[in-house]
Amino acid sequence: MNMFINFLVAAVFAGTPLLFGTVGEIMNEKSGHLNLGVEGMMSLGACAGFMAGFLTNNLLIALLAAFVAGLAGALIYAILTITFMADQNVTGLTLTIFGIGLSNFFGEYMLVNSNTNSLKLPENIAAQISNIYIPVLSDIPVIGQLFFQYNPFVYLGIVIAISCGIYLNHTKLGLNLRAIGENPGAADAAGIKVTKLKYLNVLLGGGICGIGGAYCSMIINGGVWMSNSVNGLGWISVALVIFASWSPNKAVFGSFIFGAFNILKYYTPKTYFTIPNAFYDMLPFVITALVLIITSIRKSKENQQPASCGINYFREER
Amino acid sequence: MNKSQENIKVREPLVRTVKRAERSNLDIIKLRIIAFILALVAGGLFILLIGFNPFELYLTIVSGAFRSKMAIQATVKFMIPLLMASLGITLAFKMKFWNIGAEGQIIMGAVFSSYFALFYSDLPHIVLIIIMFISGFIGGGLWGLIPAYFKSKFNTNETLLTLMLNYIALHVISFLRDGPWKDPGSSGFPKIARFEANAQLDKILGVQFGWIVGLILVVVVFIYMVYTKHGYEISVVGESQATSRYAGMNVKKIILRTMILSGGICGITGVIQSAGSDMTLAASVAGGVGFTAIIVAWLANLNPFGILMVSFLFSVLEKGSSVMQSTYGLSTYSASVLQGIILFFILGCEFFIRYKFVLRHKGGNK
Repeated sequence: MNMFINFLVAAVFAGTPLLFGTVGEIMNEKSGHLNLGVEGMMSLGACAGFMAGFLTNNLLIALLAAFVAGLAGALIYAILTITFMADQNVTGLTLTIFGIGLSNFFGEYMLVNSNTNSLKLPENIAAQISNIYIPVLSDIPVIGQLFFQYNPFVYLGIVIAISCGIYLNHTKLGLNLRAIGENPGAADAAGIKVTKLKYLNVLLGGGICGIGGAYCSMIINGGVWMSNSVNGLGWISVALVIFASWSPNKAVFGSFIFGAFNILKYYTPKTYFTIPNAFYDMLPFVITALVLIITSIRKSKENQQPASCGINYFREER
Repeated sequence: MNKSQENIKVREPLVRTVKRAERSNLDIIKLRIIAFILALVAGGLFILLIGFNPFELYLTIVSGAFRSKMAIQATVKFMIPLLMASLGITLAFKMKFWNIGAEGQIIMGAVFSSYFALFYSDLPHIVLIIIMFISGFIGGGLWGLIPAYFKSKFNTNETLLTLMLNYIALHVISFLRDGPWKDPGSSGFPKIARFEANAQLDKILGVQFGWIVGLILVVVVFIYMVYTKHGYEISVVGESQATSRYAGMNVKKIILRTMILSGGICGITGVIQSAGSDMTLAASVAGGVGFTAIIVAWLANLNPFGILMVSFLFSVLEKGSSVMQSTYGLSTYSASVLQGIILFFILGCEFFIRYKFVLRHKGGNK
């Protein structure tokens, strides 16, 4: 029982960076932009967040820096795909290569210039990002462990996901946005400011991805800077969007489920037979591939990508 | 003017986008050169920002790639997999099939051929090498066939599926390395044994013969795409699947066939990298080449000879950045940063080939 609770808790931790990436990508895709740069924007956020935290010792500044870095990456993407109508696939991929490159470049640059062997987050910020303790609540057996003792990122992620869900489904702006994603021409004719709203959402999505990146660099490696800390999580996030059928609320559960796959190898009893580690490492990707295939076979009408996703909108061609 | 008309009057936006008359090829080339120069300027600003002299660094990159015979050979060594993988990807991209899976196809090609390199190394040299190339082609081709099958049958998103297959392939290597193919002679981290000399590719002019295969492929892919029925079918499917169906083409068959070729060429890339450069099967056999190849193919406008040029340029950048690391202590990731910047600018410049901005009250139909 205790083992099982530990497993669930670990799954939440492992799923949190995916949650940020997934929600960020949902914001992108809902505006009709398939952004394959999630991995890159997360890497940018990872570097900016960690370095800001390292230099200022302030969690808020670190989060802000990560957000801005992800947003800056998204800005490149937005200018190229929304204004210049460049191919979304290629632009996103380039953003990924560029983002990973820049992040690792700066990481090594800081490391070389610091004259130390490793960059470690200072104590103050390390304490701020460690698991919180709420008197009474955290002490409740099982429930306290399951709900009230995560680090601030986890709660922030859930809050962001739920807010994005409300924004998309229960506000006028969100309705306009969904209209753009389905049919930008019709939305434009209805007087919705297509370009402005697209920019807003792509940038917002990028910022959210950036925070997810900060989780990777600040939490996963125990507060020590490592190159490639995002390491494919951004790509899983892009695929998770399909698993979550473009709903930020479902993304919460989806990312925790995928988090569970990521850490399964540490929690399976090794008594009867052992499965090589490589298979466990492969699992999230195999399952994502299966999800892709199964959803494409089922082709349900409700759970579809926004219709204009991947196609740039040119006003004079509607 | 009556009231209702006044209400309808809408303010014209300050800047709007309109299509422009087609530019001449010379203009397009000029635009690309300008974009490339702007990219170098942007990269230079970035270098300036981190406190170095951009001219000095650019010079280091170029001279570093050519400073000695060994450096030139190393540059060519970088270039071989990049060139070949880009050619492979081009076939798929021409068909608008977003094969992001070159990475995985390279790995599977290397895995298939390594089986023979490791366990049949006593075969006659030429026979063994031929078997390795064929098995590499099959390995990469099969890995490319999987997403092609699901795309053609269920319209499964090929971008994400090929991507997932990359990671799966990567873990296939780590499985083989930690288990069945682990070199019992190695201490420390598990690794796969070094290939016997018999299973290594021969050298021509000091570099493994992969460069000749690459050059031949440039011509072959060019001819295939421009002068054969298959190549024509690929470009029609790329333009419009509906059109090609209307013309009586078997779209499904074309997709499957092209992806076997695309993956197969990437598979051969894996053979050449593992048996020609690494001399073993390492997890880094693809090492990001599959992704960089996408940039190369796109920059070259999917033209094989263009790919030859761009992949040469990029390998100079790669080799030069490793010199930059040893001279200035800057990370080799500077190469991907510069590559990214160059493509961003080229992507931006494509816009000015097809469209133009019009200011309010200037031109346009008022």
